[in-house]
Amino acid sequence: MIFLINKIISVKEAAEKVQDGMTIMVGGFLANGTPENLIDAIVKNNVKNLTLICNDTGFPDKGVGKMVVNKQFKKIIASHVGTNPETANQMNSGETEVVLTPQGTLAEKVRCGGNGLGGFYTPTGIGTEAEIGKEKKVIDGQEYIFELPLKADVALLKASVVDKKGNMVFAKTTKNFNPLMATAAKVVIVEADKIVEVGEIDQDRVMCSGIFVDYIVGGDK
Amino acid sequence: MDAKEIIARRVAQLLKDGDVVNLGIGLPTMVANYIPEDIDITFQSENGFLGLGPAPQKGEEDWELVNAGGMPSTILPGGMFFDSATSFGIIRGGHVDATVLGAMEVDEKGSLANWKIPGKMVPGMGGAMDLVVGANTVIIAMVHTQKGQPKILKQCTLPLTAKEQVNYIVTEMALLKVTKDGLLLEELGPDATVEDVIAATEAKVIVSPDVKRYNFA
Repeated sequence: MIFLINKIISVKEAAEKVQDGMTIMVGGFLANGTPENLIDAIVKNNVKNLTLICNDTGFPDKGVGKMVVNKQFKKIIASHVGTNPETANQMNSGETEVVLTPQGTLAEKVRCGGNGLGGFYTPTGIGTEAEIGKEKKVIDGQEYIFELPLKADVALLKASVVDKKGNMVFAKTTKNFNPLMATAAKVVIVEADKIVEVGEIDQDRVMCSGIFVDYIVGGDK
Repeated sequence: MDAKEIIARRVAQLLKDGDVVNLGIGLPTMVANYIPEDIDITFQSENGFLGLGPAPQKGEEDWELVNAGGMPSTILPGGMFFDSATSFGIIRGGHVDATVLGAMEVDEKGSLANWKIPGKMVPGMGGAMDLVVGANTVIIAMVHTQKGQPKILKQCTLPLTAKEQVNYIVTEMALLKVTKDGLLLEELGPDATVEDVIAATEAKVIVSPDVKRYNFA
């Protein structure tokens, strides 16, 4: 029998890890691969002044968009906010600061944050508003922008199958930002469709290691 | 044939056997319907897969398999799923042969704008800035004018998505190639004349000595 730290907690306990003023990363692409039960519980807790790092702001009734509607963010870092009119409302009224970031740059910033790197040079955004205020450098005749890493206090992930060590399998397109964010936050919580015993997921099929995961919720599907 | 179908059919003819292609949301997505049967194109979807197939039949939608517009999609044999960093590594790394996307404005230097109208609408750039910088060939697929106003300008007025990255502009009226001397009119749409194109384009149009007409035969 292997000794295991018990990582399984309730959704309510998990939601309490997110406190006022924290920076959170939320997995998902237009709410595909977003932990909906965790989001609902955090909406209920009504914590405020959060900073969000997410690909987009989902929809008013789906994904992280529900937290936008509940006015829980003081700052949002995302690549696209067009599917949630409430984000634009709060941006225009000055309630929420929105930092639009090219999607590939956003993914790489999160990857750097979790991989011990101090940043990276990208050609994306040269000659656009995305380069404003950033260091530029010419490498082999091409211009690049220097981008810094992103880290968070808590990452909220969604996985299809999770074993009790936290090893994760993501279904199809729900992978997106989830395995990247798993590496880039102090506290990592994954919402699972299904929780299985250690060893039930073949090592060849594990898509992201449980070493990154602190807490597991769900498993009822 | 309506304007959108004309555009999608002509763009499809620009793609080559073996190409890896990313199609934007909306009109560009229609290009997939007109790929010649004797060529093999692999479609990339920036939310995380290669081998994008046709939209599923009604009742067979899988909400864990969506395209970059968040709508149910399918994956073909030989495809694969990956995370967003890998997806954009493929895009920036030059492994996407062509990207097809719409634009609010394009100019004669090949700069484009499609992510922000200051004071009106700020949806965000999504993956567009990475795609136009990373893809080897950038094709703009759009109607030639917006409510009668030119969209192909001397210089873009809206915030840029990328500077000098566009290779082709395909509209219902014309196929324009971006060259260092300006926009070269290579082909005319089914109903357009050279004069029509010049009148509907603010940018300077250089007329190719052997302008052809779109051929869908």
